[in-house]
Amino acid sequence: MNAPLPRPEAPPTGGAGMVPLLGPMLAEAVGALSANRLRSALTMLGMVIGVAAVILMLAIGNGVQNQVSRSISALGSNLLIVNSGAARTGGGFSQGAGSRPTLTLDDAEAIARLPDVVAAAPTSGFTAQVVAGPTNWLTQVTTTTPAWFTVQNWYPEEGRAFSAMEERQAARVAVIGQTVARELYGASDPLGERIRVRGVSFTIVGVLPERGQGIGGVDRDDVVVLPLTASLRLVQGGGAFRRFVRSITVAATTPDAMADVEQAIADLLRRRHGLSPREEDDFSITNLTAVGETFQETTGAISLLLGAIGGISLVVGGIGIMNIMLVSVTERTREIGIRMALGAPRAAIRLQFLLEALMLSITGCALGVLVGTGLAVVASEFLPFPTVISPASVVAAFAISAAIGIFFGWYPATRAAKLSPIEALRS
Amino acid sequence: MPAAPGDPPPLLALEDIVKDYPSGAGSFRALHGVGMTVRPGEFLAIMGPSGSGKSTLMNIIGALDTPTAGRFRFDGEDISALSEPALARLRNRAIGFVFQQFNLLPRLTARANVALPLVYAGVPARERLARADALLARVGLADRTGSRPAQLSGGQQQRVAIARALAVGPRLLLADEPTGALDTRTGAEILGLFKALNREAGVTVILVTHDPGVAAATDRVIRIQDGRILHDGPPTPDALAGGAGHHYAAVAP
Repeated sequence: MNAPLPRPEAPPTGGAGMVPLLGPMLAEAVGALSANRLRSALTMLGMVIGVAAVILMLAIGNGVQNQVSRSISALGSNLLIVNSGAARTGGGFSQGAGSRPTLTLDDAEAIARLPDVVAAAPTSGFTAQVVAGPTNWLTQVTTTTPAWFTVQNWYPEEGRAFSAMEERQAARVAVIGQTVARELYGASDPLGERIRVRGVSFTIVGVLPERGQGIGGVDRDDVVVLPLTASLRLVQGGGAFRRFVRSITVAATTPDAMADVEQAIADLLRRRHGLSPREEDDFSITNLTAVGETFQETTGAISLLLGAIGGISLVVGGIGIMNIMLVSVTERTREIGIRMALGAPRAAIRLQFLLEALMLSITGCALGVLVGTGLAVVASEFLPFPTVISPASVVAAFAISAAIGIFFGWYPATRAAKLSPIEALRS
Repeated sequence: MPAAPGDPPPLLALEDIVKDYPSGAGSFRALHGVGMTVRPGEFLAIMGPSGSGKSTLMNIIGALDTPTAGRFRFDGEDISALSEPALARLRNRAIGFVFQQFNLLPRLTARANVALPLVYAGVPARERLARADALLARVGLADRTGSRPAQLSGGQQQRVAIARALAVGPRLLLADEPTGALDTRTGAEILGLFKALNREAGVTVILVTHDPGVAAATDRVIRIQDGRILHDGPPTPDALAGGAGHHYAAVAP
């Protein structure tokens, strides 16, 4: 070998900067982190827990919100509920909604004739022990007119709804929900069977399809629907109360018409009830969509809060990364000196340690997403609603983790880059 | 050594190099105006006891440090005032370091250690590994390319370190006590490797050592003490022994 040592091809100079170093430095970061497996794993654990918490919390929050919007759309997005009695107005003598019946069947018929009103269902209800043969079941009894099925947009899947004729004639017929059907009749067909409510026997003519849980986990399939007149006379005992109902549920033609319809109902009822301008309403009108929106805003705020709590553990995870990177820089001072002697510019040293911090945070994030997703799936089994993992929350978790890796890796990496090569070699 | 006409231009040219270190309230002067010239292809030793300024001089020659005053030209380029990235680039492309303690990265294989300077030079992966294998073969370790430093003997580790120093095809090989951690026989082998690289490949080699035996193998000895050059010339017994010893005579009883 008498020839001079060959020099490598002149590599591209300037411009490219640190880019050609990315590949080999990534490989080195993997090597450095796997050389210290336990430490790397424990450091990542902070990120794993933080990300898993965020993903799980947001999944639960999303689940709640989905549930609420499903409940609202199931209720019908253009429903108004008119309740007897004044709304709570404050002061010592406020009356709870529905405390004193002031609405009548005639009010409901008058409302039904208003423009933009599809139907108005006068509704009362009570809780009762219902009996079928030897079995009994505590359920919610709703007494109403056939308009109720229209307003609720909920028609029997087996059998039929009771007719207006049957309602007027106080026919002893009943429509039941899935829960009642299951509890009283099990697997057998309830159609044509008899059901006793407060000692009066009704024939089951329809079974409503399953509707699932409502707001707050109420089982909306746990219901018995009876004709209003039949129940006024036979179940509630008639008398002075017989023309009164607790509430009237009104369906408007479109969500946009809700405000006008609400005003029209208020004007109509004040006129019909002969209220002078000084007197307060003896009824209250609830816009379910508005209630739902409020509820949704609340749950949104709650899920943000839960996410923020998860975010705090992410920050703690980031501090763990910074801590371990500082230890690593101290331990590897000599390595840093060697690399500088071999020609590593300070920027390359910084890049190396930044990549290690980033790898810790991103890998921790990936594991956290897996754990969080797993927990969310398990949580669905125990919660009354399914959790929902939004892709946006996963993307956000990765973005935030990367930001945390850079933020908390910057200081240790800069410290490594600022070392004097001579001092570092001497260590 | 006065430069004769027709000589190649010097690789290293140091003029009046002064280096001060902050020390307490004032400063400590490690080098008092050192001047020297090294031509390409030279094989020389810098000698001196610890505290003589030998390491400081080596750090400046190796572009790890910059002088407080004076002018240092490397291959004609004044590097006294180069920026840090430019110095890193010079260390990477023009200088190969060999250390007493080998300073291999323990996590990396011999091949990856040798290829490391090429990473910072931006050489593509395939060429990096090919060069690393060729250089390991050149230092007699063709069969140990996949070994980690802990699996190699001291002599083998120093061979890997020399291969690493040669990776970018440097103008200058700068070795700091390269045989200091080796037994006599292995040290002689390593010294022979330096000599062969100098003779056959024309690499300029500077050995920094306090060992007269090592210095005797070179063509030129620069002896430094108290930050000044005492001797610059062939490795005569007098030069290797530390001048006429008159520095010690002054304090002798």
